[in-house]
This record gives sequence, C-alpha cells and structure tokens, in this order.
Amino acid sequence: MSQKSGRIVAVNGNMVSIGFQGNVAMNEVAYVLSNGKRLKSEIIRVKGSEAQAQVYEITKGIRIGDEVEFSDEMLSVELGPGLLSQIYDGLQNPLPEIAQQKGFFLESGVYLKALSRTKQWNFSPLAKPGDTLKRGNFIGSVPELNFTHKIMLPFDFFGDWKLLDIVPAGEYCIEDVIAHVQDQRGAKRDVKMMFSWPVKRAVDCYVERLKPEQPMVTKTRIIDTFFPVAKGGTYCIPGPFGAGKTVLQQVTSRNADVDIVILAACGERAGEVVETLKEFPEISDPRTGRSLMERTIIICNTSSMPVASREASVYTAVTMAEYYRQMGLDVLLLADSTSRWAQAMREMSGRLEEIPGEEAFPAYLESVIAAFYERAGNVRLSDGSCGSVTIGGTVSPAGGNFEEPVTQATLKVVGAFHGLSRERSDARKYPAIHPLDSWSKYPGIMPKEVVAYAHTFLERSSEVEAMMKVVGEEGTSLDDYILYLKGEFLDAVYLQQNSFDPVDASVSPERQKFMFHLVLGILGAELGLKNKDDARAWFYELRQAFLDLNGSAESSELYQSSLNTIRGKLAALNPRYGSEAKKMLLKLE
Amino acid sequence: MNKLYSHIESIVGNVISVRADQVAYGELAEVTSRYGVSLAETIRLEKDLVYLQVFAGSRGISTGDEVRFLGHPMQVSFSDNLLGRIFDGAGSPRDGGPSLTDNLIAIGGPSVNPFKRIIPREMIRTGIPMIDLFNTLVKSQKLPIFSVSGEPYNQLLARIAMQAEVDLIILGGMGLKYDDYLFFKDSLEEGGSLAKTIMFVHTAADPVVECLQVPDLALAVAERFALKGRNVLVLLTDMTNFADALKEISITQEQVPSNRGYPGDLYSQLASRYEKAVDFDNAGSITTLAVTTMPGDDVTHPIPDNTGYITEGQFYLHGGRIEPFGSLSRLKQLVNGKTREDHRAIMDGMIKLFASYRDTLEKKSMGFQMSAWDKKLLQYGELFESTMMDLSVNSSLEKALDEGWGILASCFEPRETGLRSELIQKFWPKAAGQAETTAAVAAKE
Repeated sequence: MSQKSGRIVAVNGNMVSIGFQGNVAMNEVAYVLSNGKRLKSEIIRVKGSEAQAQVYEITKGIRIGDEVEFSDEMLSVELGPGLLSQIYDGLQNPLPEIAQQKGFFLESGVYLKALSRTKQWNFSPLAKPGDTLKRGNFIGSVPELNFTHKIMLPFDFFGDWKLLDIVPAGEYCIEDVIAHVQDQRGAKRDVKMMFSWPVKRAVDCYVERLKPEQPMVTKTRIIDTFFPVAKGGTYCIPGPFGAGKTVLQQVTSRNADVDIVILAACGERAGEVVETLKEFPEISDPRTGRSLMERTIIICNTSSMPVASREASVYTAVTMAEYYRQMGLDVLLLADSTSRWAQAMREMSGRLEEIPGEEAFPAYLESVIAAFYERAGNVRLSDGSCGSVTIGGTVSPAGGNFEEPVTQATLKVVGAFHGLSRERSDARKYPAIHPLDSWSKYPGIMPKEVVAYAHTFLERSSEVEAMMKVVGEEGTSLDDYILYLKGEFLDAVYLQQNSFDPVDASVSPERQKFMFHLVLGILGAELGLKNKDDARAWFYELRQAFLDLNGSAESSELYQSSLNTIRGKLAALNPRYGSEAKKMLLKLE
Repeated sequence: MNKLYSHIESIVGNVISVRADQVAYGELAEVTSRYGVSLAETIRLEKDLVYLQVFAGSRGISTGDEVRFLGHPMQVSFSDNLLGRIFDGAGSPRDGGPSLTDNLIAIGGPSVNPFKRIIPREMIRTGIPMIDLFNTLVKSQKLPIFSVSGEPYNQLLARIAMQAEVDLIILGGMGLKYDDYLFFKDSLEEGGSLAKTIMFVHTAADPVVECLQVPDLALAVAERFALKGRNVLVLLTDMTNFADALKEISITQEQVPSNRGYPGDLYSQLASRYEKAVDFDNAGSITTLAVTTMPGDDVTHPIPDNTGYITEGQFYLHGGRIEPFGSLSRLKQLVNGKTREDHRAIMDGMIKLFASYRDTLEKKSMGFQMSAWDKKLLQYGELFESTMMDLSVNSSLEKALDEGWGILASCFEPRETGLRSELIQKFWPKAAGQAETTAAVAAKE
C-alpha cells in the first residue's frame, strides 16, 4: 500500500469528503473506518487536497476525523470459475453467504469473497511451456457445471508473455499458482485461475467486433417474428409500471437461446428477484435438461439497498458477461431497470452540486448510457471462435412518458425497441409490446418483406379502428371492416401470448414459422364474406380455434382437430390470393 | 460525552448549525429554547460545522440557545407496552400516557437480504369483497391506495384495520387532519381493535420534520414485532404528505430538485420504506397499505408514479369505491388458486362482464339502442356495484363468491357467463331454475 492517508472532513447523505495526503486516483476504492466497520466507497471527484467519495453503505454514524484507507485499486470484480449460479449484490458480495453469517439483514461493512477459495477445480492445461501468450488467451480449462470454463491469461497482462511452466492436470483452488509467465523485459508473474478486473473498463481482448446478425431466439412470437434481437445486439423495454416489463424479462431469461444469462436486478422490487431466486433452481433448462440456475448469475441490488452500489451493479454484471464472452460463449445480460441506475447517478450528481441537465439528470447521462450499451457486442476471439454479449435493459419512464431523458438517451444507442403500452396491458394483451410503436434493426427468423407485409395489416387495421370510433360500425365499408378484423385477428392469435400456459409460453422458431404461414394464409386471402355479422362471427370462431391450437402440444389431439377446423373454415370460404399475397406465402415455404 | 454547545451559527428553514466536534452523522441532539426542548437530527457534517434539522421547527430559536448532543441516532422504545398507545412523530406520547424509554431500538435500519425473503403465500382476509375476491391482499405485500382528497380513504383504512386478520396493526399518520386522527382513534376504540394497535400520528399542525420520522418509527417497531413472529399490518396515511415534507426540506437545503420540485432521491426514499414489507422465514411478517392521494387525480404525478414502480399493485379508490379497473394486486395469483376452486373463475368472469357493462353504459350514453344482451348487462352492472363494490359490506370470501354466483344467476343464463361447465354444475344456484340450467349446460356441451 502506498503512502497515503485521509480523514473525513464532511458528510452529506451518502457522499463524504476526504482530506488526504499523497496521490489519489479517480474511481479508486477507499474504506471509511467508522465504529469498527470498514465502509467501502469510491472516489468520484478530486479537488486540491480534498476528495469526494460515494459510500456504498448507510453513512449514519460516520464522524469528522474518521480515518480513511485507500486501496489503490478501482472498483473491481473477481473473475474465475465459480461465478455461475451465484447470487451477488451490486458489489459482488455473495448474498447466500451473507445470509448464513449475518441472518435476515444486510449489515453495513460486511464484504465477503465473491469466489470460494477452498473449492477444488479439475484443471486441464491447454498451453505448453514456451508458448507466447496474450491477455485473454486460453491457458487451460476447468469444468464448471455444464460448461467448459476456460482459464485465461488475466486481462491486465498487457503485451506478450512467454509461458515458463504450467501445472499438470489435477485439482487446484483458484488462488493456487497454476503457471508462471515472463514478458519480453524478463519480468515474471504468477498466474492463478482467478483475477480481478475494474468494472468500469470494458474488456477488449478480442480481434474484432462483428455485426450482430444471428437472431437470439426468445420464443416470444412478437419479438422473434416482428421485433427480433440479434446475438451481440442491444434492446430496451420501456414501459409504465404494471405493463409487464419484469414478467417479459423473466420469460426471456428462461427461454433465450444463449449459453449464459446474467440478471441484474437494479433498484427494483426485492419480491421479483425472490421469485427468480426460488423458482430458477426448480425449472429445468430445455436446452440441457439441467437446472436453469446453472446457466444464470443474479446481481441483485434492490431498491432499498444502498444507492451507490446500485450504480455499480450494472457494471458488475456487464463485466461478468464480458468475461464469459471471452470464452466464446453467448451471454445475455438483462438489466432491470436502467432508469434506477440513471437515478442513482442523478442522486450523486446532485450531491456533487453539478449543474443539472434535463429533469436534473447529469449532463453526462447520455454518454454514460451509450458507453454501457456499447459493451454489448459480437466479437471474434484470437482463436477464431466467437462470443457475444447481448444487453436488454428495461426503462421505467416517469409517468410512462417516453419523452423523458433516460428513454431518449437509450433509444439512441439500442438496436431494437420494445415499447410497452399501458393501453395494451390494461386490455390484458400480453406481452404488451406495442406493435406500431416498436421497432428493430436486426434480422429475425422470418424474411423481412413478409414481416413488413403482415405489419401493414396491423397499421391499416388500427386506422380503420380509429375511423370507426367516429363514424361507427354502420359507416364503415365491409372491406375496411374485414381489414380491421384481420388486424385484430393477427394481434389476438399471434402477437399475444400467454406466458403462464405451458405450451404457449415458449414457441420454437419452427412452430412460429408454421403458424405465421397459417396466419398469413388468412391475412392475405380475399374472403368471400357477405356481411359484417358473418365476418365477425367467422373471425371469432377462427380465433377460438387458433387459441386452442396455441395452447396445445403438436402431438395432441386438440392440435390436429383445431388445425382441421381452421383449414376447413378457410376452405369453406373459397379464398383467392392476389399476386403479392402469393409471393409472400411462397417466401415462407 | 453529552457536550453542551451554546452558540448557534446559522438558522435556515428548520436547519440550524453549530460548531462541534466528534458528532456522528445521524446523531440526535436536544435544542433547548425558551419555548421548550426539541429533538434535532444531524443531517450534514462539514469540517467542524454540524447541521441539525430541528424537529419542532426553528421558529423562536435564538443564536444563544443550547444544543446538547445525545450520542445516539433516533431511537424508539420497543416492547409490548406499546400496544394501544399513541405517539407523535418524535416518538413522544400523544395520549397522555407515560413516555417509554425501555429497550430502545434504532430506526431506519438496514434492508433485508433478498436471499432471506420467501415467496409470499398466504392471503390476508379483510372482509371486503373488492379486495378479498378481486384483488386479494397477500401477506408481506406493499400496496398503495391511490385516491384523491375528499375520498373516504381513511374510512377504508379504518375498516381494514378492524376487519383484517392480523395480529397487530401499526398506524402511521402523516399530516393528518386533527379530526381524522380522532376518527381513527374513535373507530378503533369502538371496533375494539385499539388494544392491538399502535399509532404514530403526525397531524397537519405538527412540525413538518416530524412527518418524516413517522414511517421509520412505525416500520422499525413493526420489524421487531415481525421478528418476534407477529403478523403486522402497517397502515400509512398519507404518503403524499410524507413526500411533500421531503420536498419542503430538500428545497430549504438547496438541493437540486428533479421533477416538479421533488428531490432526485424520491424513489429511493419511498422504496426504502415500502421495501420493509417482508415475510420472514420462520417468523412474522409486515404488510403495508399506504394511502397516496394523487394531486389533481393525476397518476403520472411524481408521487403516485414513483410509488407505482415500487409497490406490488395498487387500489384505486374512486367515487367511494375500489375501482375494478386499474386496481391490481400483483401477488394475488400466488394465493387465489388455493382458496376455493371457483375463486379465479369468478374473479375473471365477473370482471369481464363488468367491462362489457361499462362499454354498454358508454353506448347508452351516446344514445345507441339497447339490445336484450345490453339490458342484461345493465341489470348485472347495477347489482355488481351495489353488492360487491359497496365498501361497507363485510363478508367472508366464501360468502362473497356465493353472492357472485347469485348475481350471475339472477342476470344471465349459464352459458352467457363464459364460465367452465364443471364450475357451473357445482356452483350455479339451484333455485334459479334447475331445468333451465341443465338444459343450458347440455346445450353448451
């Protein structure tokens, strides 16, 4: 430790001022020694011989003159085998262990090791003595649950290193030295299975960044078909309270077609995290048949936990995501909610007495949000394999109004926008993603033109609906009315999905394609319906058959009978198809 | 260490400053002025200057008044002696009884480790059909009652206090009108619930700083009782006054306001109180019901808006009734499958029909012709409003369910309700015409 010391000179909320001697680094971690506790804090401003720090704990009880210890390190997380299926707070403290030691409450000043120091891992070397290594190169691997966890040259080993020696295959703990390396100037360093990395610096040990092009299947129809997300892409889900943001994220975290899911519960309700905590171990991952928890890491800094560590929690999460990406895995990070994170920045900015921007958010809000989402990406690693980090963030706009700064700053940097609407959630149309407001720039599982074609029915249907409110059903022509019914039909049987139904909750891409073709066969058809009553009745019956179909497994009897009903009803009307509809149907086959 | 300081450096709003050393952040002090003694809390330390928020307000405080630091943060006594007692926002008795000083506990303690929480699983029966049947209150839930000034929200809270099946009720009143305070006291006394009630009441006439302490006092006590295995219901009214007090104080402290003058940490401040609601494994629980009056009946106002993001649903109290639309108990699905088999079906079915009734009402007001179905809906809607939505009704869930079937049977034929045939066979009231019912069921099959 260097020759520096400090003492508290002011306390204001969760910000303290420290009078110091020696050199202090920005974002350095310091500990306030108060009442026998060590309270973690981070330097966020240095001015003359005084530094301001945000304290990650309740500041009650701190006195003027309390000693401050500097750590010389930025806020970091431990990276190594053992992260999977863990539950951490925003500073990477394992919550189950804290519960074991301290009981019901989160006492301040309790910090535990994120990774077990005593657990033995079965290490197999991949590199040989004499190999030249760069940071992020694989040295060996250990099995971690269902994955082969690659042991890498730590990310802070800049330059070229020669591997001097490496331990043979066997059982080792993460702090055991497994190899020695030497750089070109002859400096030697030990390599262990774990290392730490500062959370606010993006991990950049890759050859190049690739365009996100492969769709990340979520098994939610409206997302996969209409507003797809690509692996390595970013998307945001803004919505007013009660619109189903969290349910949508929970469903995605279960079904997403990725290797690892990291959930960052950032400043939201504890109850929701608890559901995940207790349910995930019980649910089996359809891809592997093992517990869903085995591919999950939960970072949980709920709304009543200290605000400063809420700010840190999203960085903690994204750093872990990048770490697993470096092994060539596809990682999905779900942050709920980024608005709470932005609010944490706002609180701190207020205490620093910075000049406020819009709605008192700091002026650097946009650049910080952009920098965070830019940590997502699809990368090619030095061994040629690819890995990705996909980031999905919910936004909780004040008053449900998307014009506010956090939503707007987020929209600028994401590749897909799933806007939830109060209107749709009030009508119990779930998922409440608004089909007309939302967009995606990523390629999905269906051809783009076909999706756009289906989307026109939604647009025109909503126009007719608006018109009908003025002129009434009587004043609408039969053709317009059928158009309206088609839009409603598409919405009811395809866009809406019952996440509590065992079958409907997750729909495979193959089934989506089949269903979409079936739906398109109805949308694109010119139907010989004689009057509005007939049309309404026909569509209602068809909808019922479709809903039965949605809720039944492909092998079931109901599935076949519903399918026959649908085909029979359509055939009975003798549908004719225009050239455009024919083209679209062909494209899907 | 109880040093005495006799020179006050500054007095701004309710905040005074003195030069003192060895004072801890959050420490309590006593300020003695010619108008009496008041508590004050340390809210900022800067070098040797200590800023204190004076509970009784700074009116009449002179620069020569005495400040004595007590060496501890805000505390409250905790024991069974609290039961039946009434205190103010500083923790002093309001009912003329002795002040309590035994077993002092700190307020505003750390939050519960999420890992130690359990998934809520038990309902709290309140005897109010709009709650029990349609939006079930669940143990450990936090729910606000969104309302507007003039609505009978305090009457509703008092009813819940008297009827709810809990061990203990803690009422936190913030900015209560004095007559509302008396109303609570009298109705709990009459209802015989006072003995299991503890009240912390800040009235509109009391100093605004004390308003901020009320939720913390109430919840700190609730937490201790819950740890001892009691199921506690905390009733807070009105959280809007609490938020306004926060606004008032942060602005006098020259904090940058974020939205309509409210401080940027409004969300965190509200969340740290609401999140105290918990169900302890192998111990008791805290359930919170909090009134939030919406300024201008605007749900996007910062207070109801931030609240909605924190709480697990909300009750809309409108026109003296709990609105079936907009009201939501997010946790009801966890419990209403275990009550009676027809609970969910009746809940969904009746609300769907009520939604159709509202549509018909709209059609009627625009002068459209009423069909036979419309007339049935109108009859149903009126019955629903007068029996189910009336807040003065006190009936068990089972009785309310039976009543629901009764209403349906008196307005509709079984197949028109959209309920599953097996439920209809079991629960459809027989008196409503056996022949017709079975015929209808047969027709459906």
